[in-house]
Amino acid sequence: MASKDTSKETVGVIGAGSFGIAVANLLIPNREVLLYARRPEVAKALQVERVYKGRHLEEGIQLSNNLEEVAQRCSLIFPIIPSGNFRQMLKNLSPYLTPAHILIHGTKGFEVNLKEGEVLREVQQLDRSQVLTMSELIRQETVVMRIGCMAGPNLADEILSGQPAATVVASRFDEVIREGRAALRSSRFRVHGNHDLKGIEMAGVLKNIMAIVAGILDGLGFGANTRSLLITRGLAEMATIGQALGADPRAFLGLAGIGDLVATCSSPKSRNFTVGLRLAKGESLQEILDDMEEVAEGINTVIVVKGLAAAHRIAAPITQTLYKSLFEEMDIERGVRLLMEFPFTEDVEFI
Amino acid sequence: MESVQHYINEGILYEPVVPDIHQWPIAQIFKKRQAFIDEVIQDAQSRLLLDAQIAKTPIEDLVARTMFRERIRMVEDPWKVDPKDEGRFWSRIKSDLVANEQLELNPEALQERTEAMMERIVSRYTNEIVSTFKPGSYHFAKRFLPFFFSTLLNASAGKTLRSVINHSVSLQERVHLLGHTEGIRNLAKKGTIVLVPTHISNVDSILVGWSLHALGLPAFIYGAGLNLFNSKALAYFMTRLGAYKVDRRKKNPIYRQSLNSYSTVAILEGVHSLFFPGGTRSRSGTIEKNLKLGLLGTAVEAQRRNFLYGARNGKEKIFVVPMVMSYHFVLEAASLINQHLKRTGQEHYYIMNDEFASYRKFLKFIWNTFRSSSDIVMSFGKPMDLFGNFVDEEGQSFDERGRLVDIRSYFTSRGEITQDLQRDSEYTRILGEKIVERYHIENHVFSSHVVAFVAFEIFKKRHPGFDLYSVLRLAEDERSISLTEFSETVNRVLKRLQDMADNGQVHLAQHMINPAKTIIEHGVKNLGLYHSKRPLSFSNEHTVHTENMNLLYYYHNRLEGYGLERYI
Repeated sequence: MASKDTSKETVGVIGAGSFGIAVANLLIPNREVLLYARRPEVAKALQVERVYKGRHLEEGIQLSNNLEEVAQRCSLIFPIIPSGNFRQMLKNLSPYLTPAHILIHGTKGFEVNLKEGEVLREVQQLDRSQVLTMSELIRQETVVMRIGCMAGPNLADEILSGQPAATVVASRFDEVIREGRAALRSSRFRVHGNHDLKGIEMAGVLKNIMAIVAGILDGLGFGANTRSLLITRGLAEMATIGQALGADPRAFLGLAGIGDLVATCSSPKSRNFTVGLRLAKGESLQEILDDMEEVAEGINTVIVVKGLAAAHRIAAPITQTLYKSLFEEMDIERGVRLLMEFPFTEDVEFI
Repeated sequence: MESVQHYINEGILYEPVVPDIHQWPIAQIFKKRQAFIDEVIQDAQSRLLLDAQIAKTPIEDLVARTMFRERIRMVEDPWKVDPKDEGRFWSRIKSDLVANEQLELNPEALQERTEAMMERIVSRYTNEIVSTFKPGSYHFAKRFLPFFFSTLLNASAGKTLRSVINHSVSLQERVHLLGHTEGIRNLAKKGTIVLVPTHISNVDSILVGWSLHALGLPAFIYGAGLNLFNSKALAYFMTRLGAYKVDRRKKNPIYRQSLNSYSTVAILEGVHSLFFPGGTRSRSGTIEKNLKLGLLGTAVEAQRRNFLYGARNGKEKIFVVPMVMSYHFVLEAASLINQHLKRTGQEHYYIMNDEFASYRKFLKFIWNTFRSSSDIVMSFGKPMDLFGNFVDEEGQSFDERGRLVDIRSYFTSRGEITQDLQRDSEYTRILGEKIVERYHIENHVFSSHVVAFVAFEIFKKRHPGFDLYSVLRLAEDERSISLTEFSETVNRVLKRLQDMADNGQVHLAQHMINPAKTIIEHGVKNLGLYHSKRPLSFSNEHTVHTENMNLLYYYHNRLEGYGLERYI
């Protein structure tokens, strides 16, 4: 390896969860890295022990607990935090951002603009204008225009253990794709570009719904046939929803769509999969959520997509059935039976 | 020095921003006309070469395709204004292309020859596009214009001969200049203005020209369709008022680039520009939703270059001012909506001929419009930078959270200002979206728009299974609405519009402060006043009725996109 280049640009990573740490580790061979942790004790622990909840931080990664420092030292920043905290983080970061910044997020969730007094779980219908992807949220809260996202089959633990993998960096700006690729790529990590930012974001978000269902099917003891059925019909459902929300269905055929879907539907390392698995074993949603270490984005996504489907009259049988199982006490086995009886006719109808 | 009083007499409302016409940026570039033309040619040529390099296509193909299309155009669509030597020019290009093949040149020599051929084409186009601005003739034109307008107004208002001559009805009374007029005057001193109006009618460009003159602003350059130059008299005025020629028949990339470079270099020189980003008049009557980004892109390009290479006149920043015109009556509405319906394909309509083949027709058109228009609003929108941030009087940009923005940094990459054409085109697209959003907000809603919207939506709602074309073909006896139902619905829509106006989502015209009953009467009376078949009228005390569904649909479309359908 080449000797350390002191003139290397510093890239910021916001969020020291498992994926944040994985991204920081991916970046360090190519760039100086400044990793931001919201909680000072986490930043301190990582700085000193270089390990957090069993995840090793590569040498050279610097820690920070100060967003201003991140914005000032880094023009390329990767925000990798749960969607529920995204807006607040942006509000705190926004004063220090300029139009020269590039943000590439790795968050797979939606943000919802609720009216005063509304609670997400009680909302029956959601209009597309009320639902924001993270890039739309960045536009709304900051002056930054050069925005991208990274999505793909990127299970944090596999990346952390150095296995070969790939991701998509999506942006309408060539420059963002170029910068993201240059910072992330390595002999064990491929980076593909895509110009359909919204499509790639939606693929990443929507697949979490299917991951929960995959966990359920696994917990019920079903095998590969059932899982393939889910992946295929799930992909069609994702593409249909995505299309209705303004994405190009082709985005769903790449790494961030089918790629990520296969990975999360197959691996117990996926948080959303785990939720499903434990549900099938008889635990209640509340019990599961209470002792999860990191947020399973899929739960909120189910609520949002169910609301969107109702408002835009999209057929989303898998999402709707899952919603009933999660929140309306529908028996899981009954849900599976319902889905098996749903009148799908065409095999491939979304392209 | 001419006094302020003198300007008011000429129909100017404001003191001129730059009193000495010779100091106007537009006068400056035409003082060194040849240098300006040469720069446009160089600019277009180098951009075309760059684009060809990026697209990895040989410029020989480009030249050959252009020649081919031009030769077809000359045969299929010749115009009176076309220069006599056109045939010779393109034959020569053709024979040179053939010679290229026969000479068996080495690649470098071939490239050099082809580049020279392309430059000949660029040069020819640029000289076609370019106009001449002469302060002397502008003086004449600007004195003539207000006189012309007021005579027209007074005569058409049916006044006595004496009042016609005394100009008792002024254009200012008819045409309301609203919005950020003062701000624009300020910004004109600080930077270069790009005015982007909606495009509804052929009178738009004349009214915009007058309004800029009335605001005391220096002349703006604008592209005018070559067909308008068919008339010598009109051509005389237009070129002298800053118009350059746009030939819509020529759709090839070399021509487009020549036009874009003309615009870019003019903006770099600090010349204020006007373009209609909708491209042509809105056929359906809606506010533009999809903009043509080509000329907007030249403003982004010029802004980047001002930062990259330094501004030429110390006026570094470019300001975008959206503008929305509102009319009760659009003279060409019938032909516009028919063309729209024909395009969407379901009905056959006769093809409209070029509406303004002659000067006489054009005058008659303007005459008719002024004769009939009770109110015209020209709303000057909130000035923005090229990234959609609003600017204050000093020209400083502020983001939506009220933070000062250094817009230079939109073009920086790793701390340095760089050229990135793909980035520019993305900024242009975002700017286009922002302008569309502003159009809807800056729009002044008229009573006539509301009554047309409500009436058409009621018809639509009555026939939920019908598609648009079936609604348009409703039988005569199905085209009435009881006044009770109509008033109730208008009331709901008005209430919603008022809420939206309070929240800064739209503007309401002055006459909209009246009680609903008055608004309805005002609206029905003014809606499409001079169409032979009225879009809406009271058939008796209890009913409103439409004689022309297509026109009703056209005026209704003006309020599309506000989500008002829910209140029907």
